[in-house]
Amino acid sequence: MSKANTTVAPSGEELVFTRPASLVDRPTHYCPGCHHGIAHRLVAELLDEMGVIENTIAVASIGCSVFLYNYIDADGVESPHGRAPAVATGVKRARPDKFVFTYQGDGDLASIGMAEIIHAANRGERISVVFINNTVYGMTGGQMAPTTLIGQKTTTCPAGRCLEREGAPIRMAEIIAHLGGTAFCARGSLDSVKNIRQAKKYMRQAFEVQAKGFGFGFVELLSGCPTNWRMTPVAANKRIADEMIPYFPLGVYRDVVADGTCGSMVAGGE
Amino acid sequence: MAGNKERLFVKGNEAIAMGALAAGCRCFFGYPITPQNDIPEFMSKYLVEAGGQFVQAESEVAAANMLLGAGACGVRAMTSSSSPGLSLKQEAISYMAGSEIPAVIVNMNRGGPGLGDIGPSQGDYFQSTRGGGHGDYRLLVLAPSSAQEAYDMTFDAFDLAFASRNPVLILGDAIIGQMKEPITPREPKAVDPAEGGDWRLIGAPKSGPDKREHRIIKSLFLNDGELAGQNMKLQAKYEAWKKLAACETFEVNDAELVVVAYGSIGRIAKNAVRNLRAKGKKVGLLRPKTLYPFPEKALEKLAKAGKRFLTIEHNLGQMVEDVRLSVRHYADSELFCVYPGNMPSPDDFEAPILRALGRK
Ligand SMILES: Cc1ncc(C[n+]2csc(CCOP(=O)(O)OP(=O)(O)O)c2C)c(N)n1
Ligand code: SF4
Ligand SMILES: [Mg+2]
Repeated sequence: MSKANTTVAPSGEELVFTRPASLVDRPTHYCPGCHHGIAHRLVAELLDEMGVIENTIAVASIGCSVFLYNYIDADGVESPHGRAPAVATGVKRARPDKFVFTYQGDGDLASIGMAEIIHAANRGERISVVFINNTVYGMTGGQMAPTTLIGQKTTTCPAGRCLEREGAPIRMAEIIAHLGGTAFCARGSLDSVKNIRQAKKYMRQAFEVQAKGFGFGFVELLSGCPTNWRMTPVAANKRIADEMIPYFPLGVYRDVVADGTCGSMVAGGE
Repeated sequence: MAGNKERLFVKGNEAIAMGALAAGCRCFFGYPITPQNDIPEFMSKYLVEAGGQFVQAESEVAAANMLLGAGACGVRAMTSSSSPGLSLKQEAISYMAGSEIPAVIVNMNRGGPGLGDIGPSQGDYFQSTRGGGHGDYRLLVLAPSSAQEAYDMTFDAFDLAFASRNPVLILGDAIIGQMKEPITPREPKAVDPAEGGDWRLIGAPKSGPDKREHRIIKSLFLNDGELAGQNMKLQAKYEAWKKLAACETFEVNDAELVVVAYGSIGRIAKNAVRNLRAKGKKVGLLRPKTLYPFPEKALEKLAKAGKRFLTIEHNLGQMVEDVRLSVRHYADSELFCVYPGNMPSPDDFEAPILRALGRK
């Protein structure tokens, strides 16, 4: 793990894995095996490593992660369902010098909040978005989400999602990548150590394009919801690898820094 | 922008935008809808020139949530719209009331229900004064009847919003918004940069003199008794607002019949009362300037003095319920409705006022 998380224990031994300073020390309300906890930790590690925690305003959304603000040791505001990118727009416009991020589920971001995420990205709002795609509405009990896979059974598509009836699962990273204000957009996964490490790199880039003023940063994280998938955490990880990643390919979908187009974005910005 | 002594000839909508600028509004979030378009158009130029932020949002839903975000940062912010747009803003307004975020919201009421028309109406009285969205909450509701009052009320709305950590609603209509009149602007306000310092989101320092716990602005209270506590706190706030109730009275002292009307209709009714006074009729006017809190004490006092009442409104009868509640121990109120879609003149009110005066 990173330097910021390396400390010396009273015994003199070097601690190589501790709780990031930006993560509040409290019991989690998430289910065993839930990936929200991993994503929260990655957010906290990055806020530590980038040294921005004191300058951060977090925007929580509606879903299992509504309590984000209880875990991330930054000032935070709660947003109505789907509206976090609009709330974050208001925060950033009011306080342009702050580091502002939203953290949203797939029901929140890709269904009810589709207009807000598209337009915040298109305006190139200097905010970062962490998007947790777990293919269900977790908090309300496992209903069909816009990202539910074809054939996947949920409490509102008990026979399995059907292309003709419910349409195809939405691929958000691909959509966001095509919008004019997006500076960085990638999809990672939280199913394995290797993928978690890669996901953190993507998150860092999605955070840094904001910090550098290049534009809108977006990272989609394929995540497990063992409870509503009716699976053990291990089986949930396997499902991500076997079923989700083939439909939601991992990788970078837009990166204005690598493209060399970030200069034009700054010029066309604020 | 105009200096303080200058008289300006402006639309009510422009007066609202100017009042907001002079009050130190720093962010405006809008979406086009008639009859309020002059407000976002004005802000897109003059607020930006003054170094503020203007966003034409993707919808009224988004605009209201941007307002929520800016307000949570303790920054003076505003949105404006008209009736169908206000329906869309209600969820965010409920969240702002629940999480005690100050903001100024303008509704230039147009005819409804549905798409209605783009003419004046007071059909949104219930929506404005009963909260409007879900849950138990109230807004401070101010009802201007002239461009000057629109300017002044908007100017004051920001102070009220921050003093009470609550959204304030300015309820005008197409007449107030589109009518051009002279106004006298005020000296621009020097907003205290520390405004909202004990609750606003600005980042939580972990060391140094400003070190503090991280703050959370939210309306979710799941722990046992927590929500009841929050609602009691809100209720106490709304009770304390009662002293802010304000109204204009005209020729009420010896009046037998008091006409109760607000906003543009209050202004037209005042002319009708003036004309009837010239004919020797003992009629007067009470025009609520605040719709919430409602000037119930002033009405009760008149009722106790033996007056009778006629409520005139540009809807199917909404404010009349508050008038009847206010005077209920001593009197009742008759009702004359102008249906949205019609534009009344003072002459239209003379016959109903005389009918009510004659009915003892
Ligand atoms: C306007 C509105 N509609 C519906 C809800 C109920 N609701 C709460 S959470 C949620 C879905 C959350 O699912 P998702 O965004 O995928 O997050 P997850 O819990 O899976 O992390 C819904 C529909 C609400 N709070 N507000
Ligand atoms: S329901 Fe699913 S998303 Fe919600 S906490 Fe449990 S495992 Fe996580
Ligand atoms: Mg989900």
